[in-house]
Amino acid sequence: MADAVAVEMNGIAKKFARRWVLRGADLQVKRGEAVALMGKNGSGKTTMLRVVATLLRPTRGIGRVFGYDIIKEAADIRERIGVLGHHAGLYDDLTASENLRFSLRMAGLAHNASAVDKVLDEVGLTAERNERVRGFSAGMRRRLALGRLLLRRPELLLLDEPYAAFDPAGIDLINTFARKITEDGGTVIVVTHDYARAREAVSRVVRIENGLVLEGLSGASISPDDHALAVGEEQ
Amino acid sequence: MSFSTTRSPSATWPKWLTTFGWITAILLVSGQIYAIVTSPPDAAMGDLQKIMYIHVPSAWVAMMSFIVVLAYCLLYLWKHQPKHDLMAASAAEVGTVFTALAIAQGSIWGRPTWGVWWTWDARLTSTAVMLLIYAGYLTLRSFTDDEERRARWSAAVGILGAINVPIVWYSVKWWRTIHQLQSDMSSISPEYRRGWIINALTFTVLVVYLIVARYHVSLLQRAGEQHAEEQALAVRSVHV
Amino acid sequence: MSAGRELARIRAIVWKDLTAERRTKANFNAVVFFAALTLLMFGFSLDADPGTMKKVAGGVIWLTILFSGVLAFNRSYEQELEGGALDALLLYPGERRSIFLGKFLANLGFVLLVEAIMVPVAVLLYSLPIGNQPGKLLAVLLLGTIGFVALGTFYAAMASRVRAREVLLPLLLFPMLVPLLVGAVQATTALMANDPFNRSGTWIRLLMVFDLIFLTACVLAFDYVIEE
Repeated sequence: MADAVAVEMNGIAKKFARRWVLRGADLQVKRGEAVALMGKNGSGKTTMLRVVATLLRPTRGIGRVFGYDIIKEAADIRERIGVLGHHAGLYDDLTASENLRFSLRMAGLAHNASAVDKVLDEVGLTAERNERVRGFSAGMRRRLALGRLLLRRPELLLLDEPYAAFDPAGIDLINTFARKITEDGGTVIVVTHDYARAREAVSRVVRIENGLVLEGLSGASISPDDHALAVGEEQ
Repeated sequence: MSFSTTRSPSATWPKWLTTFGWITAILLVSGQIYAIVTSPPDAAMGDLQKIMYIHVPSAWVAMMSFIVVLAYCLLYLWKHQPKHDLMAASAAEVGTVFTALAIAQGSIWGRPTWGVWWTWDARLTSTAVMLLIYAGYLTLRSFTDDEERRARWSAAVGILGAINVPIVWYSVKWWRTIHQLQSDMSSISPEYRRGWIINALTFTVLVVYLIVARYHVSLLQRAGEQHAEEQALAVRSVHV
Repeated sequence: MSAGRELARIRAIVWKDLTAERRTKANFNAVVFFAALTLLMFGFSLDADPGTMKKVAGGVIWLTILFSGVLAFNRSYEQELEGGALDALLLYPGERRSIFLGKFLANLGFVLLVEAIMVPVAVLLYSLPIGNQPGKLLAVLLLGTIGFVALGTFYAAMASRVRAREVLLPLLLFPMLVPLLVGAVQATTALMANDPFNRSGTWIRLLMVFDLIFLTACVLAFDYVIEE
């Protein structure tokens, strides 16, 4: 039934300049599921995530998120998703709270000072609320980016390598947030190398290789070999 | 990247195009001979006047090409078919060449007539601006590697450029009316007109041929690339 | 999204761009100095007596605006590209056009501020008359700047993301600005000489039409160029 499916990608192919990064990949994620999308560097996992996020238009293929077409109804999709990308996407010359305030206004929401403060507290940046982001470490930036997501409660959470170079407390924050989303009926897709960290939050692993999605594995059926393979990948 | 010699069925050099090309060449030459032979030397310019039979048609088809560019850019934004972008690019290339030719011919005509290689005549100036607008279009294309982005960006730039052509034309014309008017080529007596029109028509045929031919070259290039890559789009993933 | 919300988004972008600019200041100062430098260079190279200078002043002023203003546009997108903020911007629900309008307004403020300093400097440097219709002169400055900034903001969305951006932006932008340049220079020159033949009106109308057409075209086409 359409309602039960959050993400439905069929035959997604994407070409960058002369190289096909995705070669006809399929992906299906049900509502309420948390899935790890895993693969080597250059396998196409980030590209697939960006296609789902409507940031990239596929060269071929059809995609639907919550039943909305990723090309024609992208705006409807964007209202419901939250993305934590490789780059934090923050403005260096604005303070932490100003970045969040800007985010609220861009999302068409009213500025809510207490909500901003609460979120800053949740991600452990209360002390830095009036500091300019320029001085932030990578970890702090990611926390702030996470905070930006917390303001909006997305139905679909897309995370791109969220654990890379992140301290344990921060990783914990991410997984907690991801779990909360699925508990509330939302859906999560995590692109990662790091199954050891992702397993806290996901119930299924989808492997992507060479632009194609391979057979997925779920929960208990993930063998130690798969685990080792995933974790052993060079970042 | 090696060019595949096995062409995919969707792109072959159409036989009719070669025939069309020959017909175009014959028409072009005939039109020129007719015009040159049947027109008497101009009272003021002498035989120099005959450059009009390539200059005016060149300018006319350059203009026409840019209308084609506009049409295909709009079509691309509407339908998102790569072939529309290829047509627009072909027309822009051909149009740019003929614009440059028209300027060069105008300059060549101008030297003996006005004693200078360049004059800030309204037509010449507007044409030079047009040339730069389309040179910008082509430069942007050459800097953009991704096909889809290139097509989208070209379409936007092409449309804005085309919108500007009449504006440039009128503003430069008004600008030049403030200053001295040079004797310009548009004062043509009717006895030359027939040669003009005939050559305008043969040039139109020429440009249609060139645009279509260039388009088919693009198609072949693309087919060659895609053929090699089709093989890479192998087994579809297993649905879980 | 409703019009009210879109307006809020536009205001948010204007606020963000101007705040970031205000806090760095380095960029604004550099552009103003560059404008002053350009004016001086014109003075040196034209080496004109005051009479001739009055005739070419319109051109000198507008070329200075163009050469220094163009520096602002790529910068406007660089802050989005540096931190990957462009993705975040594109992910918000709502019209992408609002991003254009916000950046357009912020850039407009920036360039007008540069002009506010640069034009008086030009007047002083070249002992220029203001003419008897200063209001109209200001209108010409405003209208010319609007068209310039609209097209500059639009083309920079593309140029800032490819190589050779410093040359590609002027290459794309300046030919498009010819009607605006002609109109603005003619109107400015006429008004500074008290407009004896009453020509400024025609040129002002040209500027208005140009602005209207291209502001509309840029707003409509922005969606197609801002995506990945």
